[in-house]
Amino acid sequence: MRKLHVTAELNGEAVEFLCEPRQTLLEVLRDVLDHTGTKEGCATGDCGACSVLLDDRVVCSCLVLAPEVEGRKLQTVEGLADGDHLHPLQRKFLEHAALQCGICTPGFLVAAKALLDRNPDPSEAEVRYHLAGNLCRCTGYDKIVRAVLDAAAEMRG
Amino acid sequence: MRELRYTAPASLAEAVSLLSDAGQDPRILAGGTDLLIQLRAGVRDAGHLVDVKRIPELNVLEASPEDGLRVGAAVPCASLVEHAAAGELYPGLVEAAALIGSTQIQSRATLAGNLCNGSPAADTTPALLALDATCVTAGPGGSRTRHVSELLVGPGRTSLEPREILVEIRVAAPAKGAADAYQRLIPRGEMDIAVVGVGAVLQIADGRVASARIALGAVGPTALLAEEAAASLVGKAPDEAALERAGALATSAARPISDKRGSAEYRRDVVSVLTRRVLASAIERARRRA
Repeated sequence: MRKLHVTAELNGEAVEFLCEPRQTLLEVLRDVLDHTGTKEGCATGDCGACSVLLDDRVVCSCLVLAPEVEGRKLQTVEGLADGDHLHPLQRKFLEHAALQCGICTPGFLVAAKALLDRNPDPSEAEVRYHLAGNLCRCTGYDKIVRAVLDAAAEMRG
Repeated sequence: MRELRYTAPASLAEAVSLLSDAGQDPRILAGGTDLLIQLRAGVRDAGHLVDVKRIPELNVLEASPEDGLRVGAAVPCASLVEHAAAGELYPGLVEAAALIGSTQIQSRATLAGNLCNGSPAADTTPALLALDATCVTAGPGGSRTRHVSELLVGPGRTSLEPREILVEIRVAAPAKGAADAYQRLIPRGEMDIAVVGVGAVLQIADGRVASARIALGAVGPTALLAEEAAASLVGKAPDEAALERAGALATSAARPISDKRGSAEYRRDVVSVLTRRVLASAIERARRRA
């Protein structure tokens, strides 16, 4: 099958890859670009585990075809930490024990970052609505919501 | 699985030409939130996906009290929901758009896709129908404009020709003292498909209803207008009795089926209640504008 050549920006760095038209962004991130932080849950856009930022908007990478990202800017969970310094969201998820099995965590972190980038001071209800597309079967969500609110407070200074 | 071709034309003319090659079994890809799932599940097939998101005409988003609303077919719901003037002028349409899926889905899903997918339970379709929105399309025969009502044919179907592209959705500037509203009933707070959806536009002048349009979703093969219910309001003071009567009349316009989301009888009851609530919301907004 003829492959398509795609160039994009991933976590601030230029990347290029070859893909088949049918391949999703999720498949390419994990299997071609070796960015396995992004997880596959449902593969139907319901669970949010594969959330990434595409031009600063949070999307399910299972519902994006890889060739669609030509020339676009991508951010994944790997781009959150600055070297050894965790992003405040990551630190607060650890402090609040906002994860157990961890499969949903990268998606939650990326989706939460998208919220705080747009709204540095969200209410609890806003956090819950914003994260309604991310499913967690372990924590019961409360710790996640607290971690996001606490990270937002710290980031506001 | 057969070979799939992917193209992302940068112009409308190129897109129309790509779609004209019927032998390739082309399909339009906008947000992809329905199409990609359907392709993967084998519910739909395609030989060529024509990604329309890079066509400038499909990325227009403008709203003003003078010229009304223009929403390009590739504009994601998130952009519409964040557009201050659109929310100010068409709060009902914007609240319908904001109800579709999760934040992630909002980033991709489009009004046009919601309409073209042809789901009887689509949230923005009753809102657009109540607003009497029009659709501008492009095809081998040139540009056409028709009302949303003319596009609605049946579940999963529209009157769009196979090679016709929806370019943008237009809504006229709100009439003086007019406002819209949309609400749906779902069994939980978020992330679900409407059991019943109701959109309405109401115009108030001198304390009376000057004009009204009520559209119902998820209670027929397509979204449909409750014309008798709307007509019953005109010339009346929008009091509780008038709303009660309109709600009852809307029920008789509904043609629901029973399915896993609710029985036909339940849906009829909900139409009456939801119509009253939506009208009350539109009235409150219209009064603030009058």
